[in-house]
Amino acid sequence: MSNLESIADRSPAAEDDTVWTEETSWLDRVPRAIQMLFVFVVFVLLWDLVTRFGLVSRIILPTPLETFYDLIFVGKNLASGGYMLPALWITLKEVFYGFLLAMAIGFSLGVIVGETAFGERAIMPYLVAIDTMPKVAFAPLFVAWLGFGIESKVALAAFIATFPIIVGTAAGLHAADSNSRNLFKTMGASRWQTLLKMKLPMALPQVFTGLKIGSVGVMAGAITGEFLGGGKGFGELIRTAASQLNTPRVFSLILYLSVIGLGLFAFVSWVQRRFVFWHKERVSAGGE
Amino acid sequence: MQAAAALTDLATPVGEPVYQLRNVGKTYARNAIVALEGVSLTLTKGSFSAVIGSSGCGKSTLLKIMSGLIPPSTGRVVLQNRPVTGPRRDIGMMFQQAVLFPWRTTLENIVLPIEIRDGKGAAKAAETQARELLELVGLKGFENTYPSELSGGMAQRASICRMLITEPAVLLLDEPFSALDELTRDFMNMELQRICTSRNATAFLVTHSIQEAVILSDVVYVMKPRPGRVAEVVPIDLPRPRTLDMMTTPKFGELVEHIRGALDKEAFK
Repeated sequence: MSNLESIADRSPAAEDDTVWTEETSWLDRVPRAIQMLFVFVVFVLLWDLVTRFGLVSRIILPTPLETFYDLIFVGKNLASGGYMLPALWITLKEVFYGFLLAMAIGFSLGVIVGETAFGERAIMPYLVAIDTMPKVAFAPLFVAWLGFGIESKVALAAFIATFPIIVGTAAGLHAADSNSRNLFKTMGASRWQTLLKMKLPMALPQVFTGLKIGSVGVMAGAITGEFLGGGKGFGELIRTAASQLNTPRVFSLILYLSVIGLGLFAFVSWVQRRFVFWHKERVSAGGE
Repeated sequence: MQAAAALTDLATPVGEPVYQLRNVGKTYARNAIVALEGVSLTLTKGSFSAVIGSSGCGKSTLLKIMSGLIPPSTGRVVLQNRPVTGPRRDIGMMFQQAVLFPWRTTLENIVLPIEIRDGKGAAKAAETQARELLELVGLKGFENTYPSELSGGMAQRASICRMLITEPAVLLLDEPFSALDELTRDFMNMELQRICTSRNATAFLVTHSIQEAVILSDVVYVMKPRPGRVAEVVPIDLPRPRTLDMMTTPKFGELVEHIRGALDKEAFK
């Protein structure tokens, strides 16, 4: 033992330690919040310079300050129950029903396509074909079929959001590895049990990826529906403001819409963390 | 082939037969590919057998037939005097991966076979038994942890519990520890011996490792490809319980050399 120690003592490492630190950029050590703030400030500054020196007409691009004031105006209007609140409410309803419909149809079709050989062979090709079509182009049809009310917007919103959910569910059902399948077979599990207790839970991460993509699409669908089919929603307010060349208003309305979209996305992410707690996501911001 | 069958019976230690295969064969692609031909073997109560062979020698096909996952093309497969015609409760399986489901706790994973066959109520009732099994494999205190928190060896211990919960008559082990590092693997093999002995289990191991086959088994079946068949049956007459120290004895070395020779002959043919 003492012999070993003396050998260790004589080793060069004991005399001068070679402690060193990996080099990191000073920018990487700044807290994330400050990094984000930095980008925001630079963006607003550039925006302000462009408008201040008249590089772009103020009718086309308002100054940051004008936009900020309008944001406050719209916020006050909404908070005090002004005329914009019912409009927001209508758009929210369209998004809500559209997403609900997309989830119901997307999930059911996804299971049929992902679980049955018939679905995969006979139904999937048609779904892929429809998915490649520009879905917004269907808006006039939905208006013709369902009228100028909320229904046609719900239909377009759901139509856009359904496909990522179908694809996510179907792909997720194929995620089960052969070991898991064999284990369930040797346990004598029925097809229904295999689906409920193994394949569907395993599919959840990809189902939620589909839901997140869908949650972004559903907002686009509702607003496009309002642009093309009228109504009394937020999209109509944007269209009106744009036709009056009230660009600050357009900007602030879009920002409020994006808050709703972000909220929906965050809600889906929250539900995912609750239900798929066991799955470690590689990208924090979602996606795949 | 008849010689091999006769040899099997000769090598089998005396005991009550649990699992019997008679002249089992399997052909694919309308008899064009012979995956397995004339395999006869008997597993007696409490015995440990291993099958070893290079890739493509038909050992996974053999195991699939024995587990009831695929039907044989010829021959008889009889477990506890009843022909095997599909997956059965009295067959326990273990795979190369632990195959634990990450959304279930260790305990919930272990009672899964009961839940599948008898429903949630029965699974709940089996939890006491599952706790005893966890203690047997040395995983006491991990009932409510999720598989992501278990190491590779611990996960395989949990999958041993899941295999034993239905009290199967035969344990089919498909390279169960080959994904683990060598130190853990040796240790787990000794644990496997202890668990099998304590329950007087009848076990059948598929492996790529000659050492592993010899240290664990009473009988080693050497399989050869094209067509997949049992070429030699090697009885292992090392005393029990086996210890890792035995791996350095001349007797062990001889057995390993013998089996390696039997496998090599095929490789250069």
